[in-house]
Amino acid sequence: MAMSQQSGILSQGATEERGENARMASFVGAVAVADLVKSTLGPKGMDKILQSMSRGQEVTITNDGATILKSIYVDNPAAKVLVDISKVQDDEVGDGTTSVVVFAGELLREAELLVNQKVHPMTIIAGYREACDCARAVLESGAFNHQADAEQFRTDLLNIAKTTLSSKILTVDKEHFANLAVDAIMRLKGSGNLEAIHIIKKTGGTLHESFLDQGFILDKKIGVGQPKRIENARILVANTPMDTDKIKIYGARVRVDSMAKVAEIEAAEKDKMRTKVRSIIDHGINCFVNRQLIYNLPEEMFADAGVMAIEHADFDGIERLALVLGGEIVSTFDNPSEVKLGSCKLIEEIMIGEDRLIHFSGVALGEACTIVLRGASSHILEEAERSLHDALCVLKETVADARVVYGGGWPEIRMAKAVEELASRTPGKKALAMEAFARALRALPATICDNAGLDSAEIVANLKAAHGADSSSRMGVDVVRGEAGDMKELGIYESFRVRQQVLLSGTEASEIILRVDDLIKCAPRQRG
Amino acid sequence: MSLAFDEFGRPFIILREQERKSRVKGIEAVKASIMAAKTVARTLRSSLGPKGMDKMLQSPDGDVTITNDGATILEMMEVENQIGKLMVELSKSQDHEIGDGTTGVVVLAGALLEHAEALLDMGMHPLRIAEGYEMACKVATENLDKIKTRFDFSKENIEPLVKTCMTTLSSKVVGRLKRPMAEICVKAVLAVADLERRDVNLDLIKVEGKVGGKMEDTRLVEGIVIDKEFSHPQMPKELNDVKVAILTCPFEPPKPKTKHKVDIDTVEKFEALRDAEKAYFTDMVQRCKDSGAELVICQWGFDDEANHLLMHKNLPAVRWVGGVEIELLAMATGARIVPRFQELTADKLGMAGSVKEVGFGTTKDKMLVIEGCPNLKAVTIFVRGGNRMVLDEIKRSLHDAICVARNLVRDNAIVYGGGAAEISCALAVEEAADKVTGVEHYAMRTFADALQAVPLALAENSGLPPIESLTAVKKRQLEEKNPYLGIDCNDTGTNDMREQNVFETVIGKKQQLFLATQVCKMILKIDDVIKPSEYD
Repeated sequence: MAMSQQSGILSQGATEERGENARMASFVGAVAVADLVKSTLGPKGMDKILQSMSRGQEVTITNDGATILKSIYVDNPAAKVLVDISKVQDDEVGDGTTSVVVFAGELLREAELLVNQKVHPMTIIAGYREACDCARAVLESGAFNHQADAEQFRTDLLNIAKTTLSSKILTVDKEHFANLAVDAIMRLKGSGNLEAIHIIKKTGGTLHESFLDQGFILDKKIGVGQPKRIENARILVANTPMDTDKIKIYGARVRVDSMAKVAEIEAAEKDKMRTKVRSIIDHGINCFVNRQLIYNLPEEMFADAGVMAIEHADFDGIERLALVLGGEIVSTFDNPSEVKLGSCKLIEEIMIGEDRLIHFSGVALGEACTIVLRGASSHILEEAERSLHDALCVLKETVADARVVYGGGWPEIRMAKAVEELASRTPGKKALAMEAFARALRALPATICDNAGLDSAEIVANLKAAHGADSSSRMGVDVVRGEAGDMKELGIYESFRVRQQVLLSGTEASEIILRVDDLIKCAPRQRG
Repeated sequence: MSLAFDEFGRPFIILREQERKSRVKGIEAVKASIMAAKTVARTLRSSLGPKGMDKMLQSPDGDVTITNDGATILEMMEVENQIGKLMVELSKSQDHEIGDGTTGVVVLAGALLEHAEALLDMGMHPLRIAEGYEMACKVATENLDKIKTRFDFSKENIEPLVKTCMTTLSSKVVGRLKRPMAEICVKAVLAVADLERRDVNLDLIKVEGKVGGKMEDTRLVEGIVIDKEFSHPQMPKELNDVKVAILTCPFEPPKPKTKHKVDIDTVEKFEALRDAEKAYFTDMVQRCKDSGAELVICQWGFDDEANHLLMHKNLPAVRWVGGVEIELLAMATGARIVPRFQELTADKLGMAGSVKEVGFGTTKDKMLVIEGCPNLKAVTIFVRGGNRMVLDEIKRSLHDAICVARNLVRDNAIVYGGGAAEISCALAVEEAADKVTGVEHYAMRTFADALQAVPLALAENSGLPPIESLTAVKKRQLEEKNPYLGIDCNDTGTNDMREQNVFETVIGKKQQLFLATQVCKMILKIDDVIKPSEYD
């Protein structure tokens, strides 16, 4: 470091750390981030308050690892790797975002000890890789699949949803929400298209009043003077300007020499709009949903024709609506016969709390549904949405890959045992790394216990003993009773995909950080 | 110093404002330059070889890059020093020319300069050192030609190529999966290679990546992947055996480049214009349909109305496709790029076996995979990785491996790696040095010493005792006259690089020697560095 500054190789303000220093800096950073989210892990994990730096100073309360890490500003490059990995975990499987960071952090903590014992980082990486392969094989062998049995599969899904939700704010009503989430996912019939599930948040009421609606709810208003209830609706979903239909030919402008002409052109414009509305009505519809604004003139015309017109449904809304109603999104209206219209049994205005929403029921495509969340404050609702999103993602992954494992630290204890056995057969320093890997795996259930205020050493040791005595043991951490418990009886299940991703991503992240022996920070860009 | 005297003995100043400029002269200047170059080389030294470590680089904006690719490290280090910049250039030119060995060349240059310092202390003139280096470099490259072996491969027998790529990849983050990755690279190169002309157009290989998934999911698409989706959400997501039209004109009313105004002053004109506009859209879409196209790929945007019309006419379309992709698509499908709707005819269409929209994970990202094109000349390597940093690093590693495969297609002569070639060259140079009298003798000997810096660094990074392993190998090479012996970095128990399948291309190695010697010469020739001391 001193050397490079003397000879002025790097620009001013840049720093370079080498060897031990660099490794130390990255370990410290990564472990600090891991410790930050550590306390949110498990059913008794605590939440964090995040206050945004922007002017509104908005507050978010969450225990979702990805959300926390996304919102904090980290300067340490190694910490950024961990933040990144939790983001990917979120994108890829939607849950386990905290676990992956804690696991990577534990791996690095162990690696630091090994490095201090003069084990070369490359040797540690080699050991970690082998241990990871072994752990993965064990995880795979421990997974079970009930997809063939619909009844059993549903129970599995319910249990997974409950396990995921139990660490979130929805834990009080986890039974209710687990059912909700499983129903929603089952409606997708394996298509895994989460876009068809619409979540609407409305403050007021209690969380328990949240419900799943079979139809589709659009948070919009019906135009003035138009029917509020339509049966056997024929719906045209459109994306077209309904204010003034501008001429798109480049450079066109109006230049007139008298007021009379202005009036004429205005009339022509209105006329154009009238024809448009007429051609829309000619489709034989009784409901018209547009992505863009609908001005008063066309609105009035629709009202006259007895057509319900809904304006300004945003793009996502439109796409989802088109998907649900089975119609196409239309932008030209000259060939009414060829346009596929959407349809549904009933459209009506409903009240949720104090807001009026539009409810489409009896829709063609049975996949879609809407979940309406109720809660006392917007913070609760947001956290509830995040939790529900996590649960839905996990369920979706499980539907795609039906393999399921027990939760509550069961897979970790099992993997740790296998890795330790592997270590005892492996010659050389790699074995040390494998043992470290096993310890890092065990740190996950230990953290769950610690967060619940339990004696982690005692419980993990008991689990270890139980698994050692019986290789098909189903023991895991029972947080409620504070002891080792049978995971099958407690119904604590997790998705195999999530656990596997945690294992792989965590190992990969720690490997990347371990490989670093030189840390160069360029001079921060000057901001004017 | 910057004070001179004219013929009348009056002093005059050559360099103004002394205090504002800093200046180093003579041997001091050479030494300062060497110092700077050495520092840069030292940073890279620990990244050499299969057990080389990574560097973590934080950009001025706070983005983090983790890599052990020499060229990337130096590029992102933002080296300020002028001599340091020379080293950066050095590694870059190796990257452009060969694509691999970017770390090795810098380490070699650093070692050459470091050893030159000792010679300077002996009172040798820098230029004589440079000349000696030149002579030594010639001997070394001749030796490379002597020890090189040809190695054979064909489209059917790709095994040798795969093995070479594996050597390159073993030092990277993908080391765990070097076999499948190497196969992907080789297949990609062979797919686009012109074995007759011994040429590979790397533009035809695209390396696309998407964060998420596992490294194992990386695959070779015999076609093209574009980071776009169909323009209308309700267009079919999968097409088979379609005729493709490639357009570079927007589905919008025309915009003449000359400035103009269309004045509307009567109702008739207003209506006429309205009809004209409508006609434009129907006309455009109809022309596409009439030509027989079943998929439209457009470089520009679509108007909402045009978009719907396309959907309506059952004509799936993709918009905002970048220029490079357009060209690739044109090459692969055999379609002509059409700049105007009027010129779209049936014979300008291309073919695609299958076009699919693929989604990833829980996010809404989608990509289009176009496969089964008649002209298989374009391929895409689609990379997946745990996070952005891994992904970027995999991309860089694959690029290196692809370059190696390309070099072998161009010229299939190889030398063995693991420092074997360097040691052999060092021996040859030492032998040649003994026949030379004069100052060059020393310089050549020094060159031989510097060459050994590469195996030394390799051994050091692999955790072996550097000097012992090097001397042991050197002794064996001398005794057995076997230029295939190198440092056993992977701890496999043999020093024979033939058995370990560690080899490099001769062109790459030669380039390293040439470039390193050249840079050395350039740096040694500097005897005066003048720069403004501080800007402020």
